[in-house]
Order: sequence, then C-alpha cells, then structure tokens
Amino acid sequence: MTISDVQVILHGTYVCGEDQKDREIHSACGSDMMSDVLAYVKDQAVLLTGLCNPQVIRTAEMIDAYCIVFIRGKKPTEEMIEMAKERGITILCTDHRMFNACGLLYSNGLRGGVPY
Amino acid sequence: MSEVKLSYTISGDDFTRAGEASGDVKSKLKVLGVSPDIVRKVSIALYEGEINMVIHAHGGTIDVTISETEITMVLADRGPGIENVELAMQAGYSTASENVRALGFGAGMGLPNMKKYSDEMSIDTRLGEGTTVTMKVFLQ
Repeated sequence: MTISDVQVILHGTYVCGEDQKDREIHSACGSDMMSDVLAYVKDQAVLLTGLCNPQVIRTAEMIDAYCIVFIRGKKPTEEMIEMAKERGITILCTDHRMFNACGLLYSNGLRGGVPY
Repeated sequence: MSEVKLSYTISGDDFTRAGEASGDVKSKLKVLGVSPDIVRKVSIALYEGEINMVIHAHGGTIDVTISETEITMVLADRGPGIENVELAMQAGYSTASENVRALGFGAGMGLPNMKKYSDEMSIDTRLGEGTTVTMKVFLQ
C-alpha cells in the first residue's frame, strides 16, 4: 500500500507532503495517546490520531513515521504543518472516526506491525 | 570517533517546544552515522524524559555524551522529586493532570518507556530538590 492508497481509502485530503504519495507503507498505528504510540511501535510508517497538537508531529518524528492521518475532521495548525514539512512528513485529514479509519485500512491489507 | 557532547536547557513553561532537544539529538546522531535502530531508541527515551521534565519539573537540563561505545543521557531537574520511584516505574501509573492527558501524555508510560528503550537507567531523586535520570544506550 502507498500513501496515495491511504488517501483514497480514507477519502482523505492532503495538507502537505503530497509529493511522497507513492511511498510504500507496510504498517500503521492509531492512538490519541502519544505515550502509547511511543511504547508500542516499531516501523509504523503511518500514525492515525485524533490528537491535534505539535507533539503529534514530534512523536511521528521520533518513531520515524512519515505519514500522519488526522481523523474526525481534525485540522492541524500552520505551525504543525510547517513542522511536518521540515521533517518530510505527509499530513492527511479524514472525516472518518478512529475505528472506521483503522478498519478500512486493515481490511485493505494494512497491518499493525511488530511491536518493539 | 572522538567524544561528542551536547547540552540543552529545557524550558518548563512551553509544552509546544517540548521535544526540540530530542529532535536535535536525533538529527545529530543521524549525521554521525549511528544506526537507525539505536537512533530511534535514544530519541524515544530522551523525548519521554524531556516531556517529563516539562510537565512535572518546570524544565531542566539535558546533557548527552556520545562516545565510541555508548550514548549517555543525563536529565537533571530541580522539580518536586519522585515520591515513590517503584510506583512511578509501573506502566500506567501517573500523577499527571487531566490537562496533560488532553495533550496526549500522562498515560503513565514515561519512565517505563525510558527504561524500555535504554540499556541502563538510574534515577537519583530527592523530594523537594529534584531528579536526575541517567540513561545509557550501548553502541556495540
């Protein structure tokens, strides 16, 4: 699956980083708790979250995730978008809620990956 | 590789900037050619520590030493100290406020994550005086 596939499956819109749309992704994680993301991830390229603050971008940076999907119609601030651009992170927004967003990606073959 | 030392002062009143030091260490380690797995371990352990300093201790200092064999991180603050270290080390135990939880932290995973991603960790804490956490990640 590519970032472009995620965008199509989730009816998402690009906020930044559309140039990375052909980049392959193999696993994802979804949480509003950044500490949980930091505790259990390994090689998750996509982070789905309903949390919307700069620490989401930093968490993605620390775990080497290169695509963030903001769910439930959350919109990142200009500051967050700038941070993402500096770090080469693609941001997508979708109106889906967490359960549906994760379910749609899972049913299309994306998995949660191996925990650290 | 000769020893590299990095020092940071962490502001305690700006949650938005928490993680800047860890991000800087991460990019410097990449430039030094440290393997991606080690870079990630160090980054996550340090980031959790930095967040802890901001939410619990009004900031502090971070000193990172990178030698040929190991990366040593010393996080020192003059915060309230940790009343019960054993309890604080339990996954899920947290004294963070609802406000901090709303920001995506305070799940009680900070110290457990720091221990998980470092090869050695020690905590020196005194109530009312502050806490120093030393973490090591071995390169070989």
